[in-house]
Amino acid sequence: MRRFGLFLIISVLLMLTACANRPSPSPGTPTQTAFEYLENKGSDTIVNLALAWAERYQALFPQVRISVTGGGSGTGITALVNGTVDIANASRQIKQEEIAAARAAGYDPNEFVIARDAIAIIVHPSNPVDHLTLQELSMIYKGDIKNWKELGGEDREIVRLSRETNSGTHVYFLESVIRMGDSKDKSIFSADTLLLPSSEGIISEVKNNPNAIGYDSLGYITEDVKLVAVSSLAQPDVYILPSLETVSDNTYLISRNLYMYTLDKPTGAVKAYMDWIFTPEAQQIVKELGFIPILHSEDQP
Amino acid sequence: MKRTGFSGDKVISGVIRITGYSSILFVLLILFFLLREGVPALFSTPLKNLFSIRWYPIEELYGILPLFLGSLLVTIAATLIALPFGIGTAVFLSEVAPSWLRDILKPVIEILAGIPSVVLGFIGILVFAPFIRKFLDIPTGLTAFTGAVLLGLIAIPTIVSVAEDALDTVPDSYRQAALALGGTQWQTIWDVTLPAAKSGVLTAVMLGIGRSLGETMAVMMVTGNAPVMPLHLNSLFRPVRTMTATIASEMGEVASGSQHYEVLFFIGIILFLLSLVINISASLISTRSRGRAERLLS
Repeated sequence: MRRFGLFLIISVLLMLTACANRPSPSPGTPTQTAFEYLENKGSDTIVNLALAWAERYQALFPQVRISVTGGGSGTGITALVNGTVDIANASRQIKQEEIAAARAAGYDPNEFVIARDAIAIIVHPSNPVDHLTLQELSMIYKGDIKNWKELGGEDREIVRLSRETNSGTHVYFLESVIRMGDSKDKSIFSADTLLLPSSEGIISEVKNNPNAIGYDSLGYITEDVKLVAVSSLAQPDVYILPSLETVSDNTYLISRNLYMYTLDKPTGAVKAYMDWIFTPEAQQIVKELGFIPILHSEDQP
Repeated sequence: MKRTGFSGDKVISGVIRITGYSSILFVLLILFFLLREGVPALFSTPLKNLFSIRWYPIEELYGILPLFLGSLLVTIAATLIALPFGIGTAVFLSEVAPSWLRDILKPVIEILAGIPSVVLGFIGILVFAPFIRKFLDIPTGLTAFTGAVLLGLIAIPTIVSVAEDALDTVPDSYRQAALALGGTQWQTIWDVTLPAAKSGVLTAVMLGIGRSLGETMAVMMVTGNAPVMPLHLNSLFRPVRTMTATIASEMGEVASGSQHYEVLFFIGIILFLLSLVINISASLISTRSRGRAERLLS
């Protein structure tokens, strides 16, 4: 009983300290005496990249502590607007209503494009289908194409996999692939699309299931699944696989920007961190994780 | 001395009384909160939309029917799986097994109860789902059935421990009387012990159903979360989306007070009402059957 009481006191104290640490509008440069705490939350696509950055940055500047969590782009932006994080990661651009919510709270969200990312279309390695047009992808996910044999594959029912609706990748895929960029198009995912809560869930199902088709950020694709080449816009009969080069020169169609958002123009520790992200060293980490660095003219040889 | 003892007594019983009432207070507060956040959905969302068959919040399609039926399908299937295993195990432990075996089995079942559902979900997604897909030759292993099996595993320990306690409270004189009348062991179990413990066994089943209905994590990982209407014969072997998984996966992103937020709370109200119905029917059945069992055996 006494031990339980002690436990209770400790946990209450921990909670109190956690609360006290939260918002840290840091004055000027980091001081040696106290730690600077940065909260960074949002897109699951970006979480590994943000973690790698945070680790390297903390090694360079030991007085800074950065905590990184995932949860989805929407989750991150909501947390930013609620004032619980300093930086929100998003794999889609901030929505009008989210900007409005931030303005209502008295902030002006500030956008940074921190990297680029390709959405790879993946199938089981044994699937003979190795290229698709954007039109075909749209029809698959709308439920108009139901069997792989319609695409020159085996006679198997297509199992469509997607991320959950709170994922920025889901929204991007809906707008750019299913609706093919047409903002008036109101088509949506076929109801029997499996909505999986994680990237790992999609990869493991595609890896094990010859019927499955999935999509995910190129940075998450493992060796056990097969990439599908997607038709290019300029030359309809040329099919392109996603890679560093094809995303950089914009020939691979399904690619997008990755974002970080701060409230207002960043100052102090947040600014120092955001500035560091655009250095060649930080952008090299982008490349190592399978994403595409932002090309800054002054960084290019 | 006497007076201090008296007042100490009073304090303790007062504290106990408060803790007793507090659970009623908590339930009322939760109900109040759910109603306050969820009922506005009935006004902000047209009923035609709310009770339609398509759930896709990005386009403001809030049809909860597929989610409701998905939860129902998974829960019923899980109960059908857990019921024979749970009660069979309880009967075996309490009536048949020698005491040394019982000493081994009981802790093992308690360990099963202690496995976090997320771990079961992980095993389900990596091992069980691929196996089911190949074994039954269905398009994907992430189905209502996969979820039901995992939920069954989660519900079994609850059913076993409550049902076994109920069987243990049946006085030995009942069994001895049945055996003395020439009944076999099976006749004794089926015609005497189980009917005598009927109310406790039914409570066990209802608790198991409640556990399956409310379980979220394992279900979210293995049922595929596709909001389809499970109306076909093979729906059990197709993906479904349950109400709990929907709340869990979408609650984090909604702005509080938005239409989506209200609809998610409305789903919470439905879940609350469902478990209320289960609990009330459990207590009704148990009081009624206790009366009959007592008449029968007295």
